[in-house]
Amino acid sequence: MSHDHDHHHDNELDPMAARVRALETILTEKGLVDPEAIGVIVETYETKIGPRNGAKVVAKAWVDPEFNAWLRRDATSAIASLSYTGRQGEHMQAVFNTPDTHNLVVCTLCSCYPWSVLGLPPVWYKSPPYRSRAVIDPRGVLAEFDLVLPDTTSIRVWDSTAELRYLIIPLRPEGTEGWSEEQLAALVTRDSMIGTGLACAPEAA
Amino acid sequence: MSLRDLIAHSQGLGEGIDAPVFAEPWQAEAFAMVLALHNQGLFDWDEWAQALSTELKRPGALDDGSDYYHHWVAALESLVAAKKVTSSADIDDLAASWQRAAHATPHGQPIRLENDPERF
Repeated sequence: MSHDHDHHHDNELDPMAARVRALETILTEKGLVDPEAIGVIVETYETKIGPRNGAKVVAKAWVDPEFNAWLRRDATSAIASLSYTGRQGEHMQAVFNTPDTHNLVVCTLCSCYPWSVLGLPPVWYKSPPYRSRAVIDPRGVLAEFDLVLPDTTSIRVWDSTAELRYLIIPLRPEGTEGWSEEQLAALVTRDSMIGTGLACAPEAA
Repeated sequence: MSLRDLIAHSQGLGEGIDAPVFAEPWQAEAFAMVLALHNQGLFDWDEWAQALSTELKRPGALDDGSDYYHHWVAALESLVAAKKVTSSADIDDLAASWQRAAHATPHGQPIRLENDPERF
């Protein structure tokens, strides 16, 4: 093996990184994307957007009847009032769990997800088994999450679309009377806002 | 991989409320480009969902979803090709150029396309 260079070739781009870089180069040259704007979006999603946003929406809905009513009527505006505006401009619908009905969200088509309030979806949400089974066998799917609901609770499945995305408002845990929004938000898990979990009980938080 | 395995995997990764969202930087860039192009009005979300769904349905898609962003990039390529912005062949060429540029760049220096020895 001949060594005709005196420096180490340890800068390598894997094929996917190179493809994405090529796309970015072309789209930048065409004036369709601005690398700085791309950087801002990446940073925002990595650091500022995530399920904590959704948890604040849920906690506010639990303590503030006016916000609760607004969220039921027009979730897109109610959520935007907290500055969690989706860059993608999709419509949001809040779905409220009740003691009789538990709600579950899926995107059977691809992986539509309420990014502005939950960040990016977990691996299982994007996986074929979840996408295909959630509608056919929601009770079986919930059991995989160790969530077993009473037979008297019906389960309603909401299939997201590109235009309409759902945020589940879980039931407020018992024993949290008088808690602040901040305390309550800490009980709200990501899964409870997708419907594959419940909000934590106060002692577990 | 079963759904239960995937859930356990997510929990193992600490995919909780503060979970890291992208496994590699290119995934973040690909994600952001789709948002940026939508903001530009190149496509609407319905078109995007259709394009992504088409890729996810191709035979060979992995059950554990670990190839999700590969499909994401493929969907992005097919949409920009459909919109006549560029072609897969152009992307192939430029991606190869970026790889040669990276290879020719000494460690510690920024990788620039001009570093591709075959580029003129």
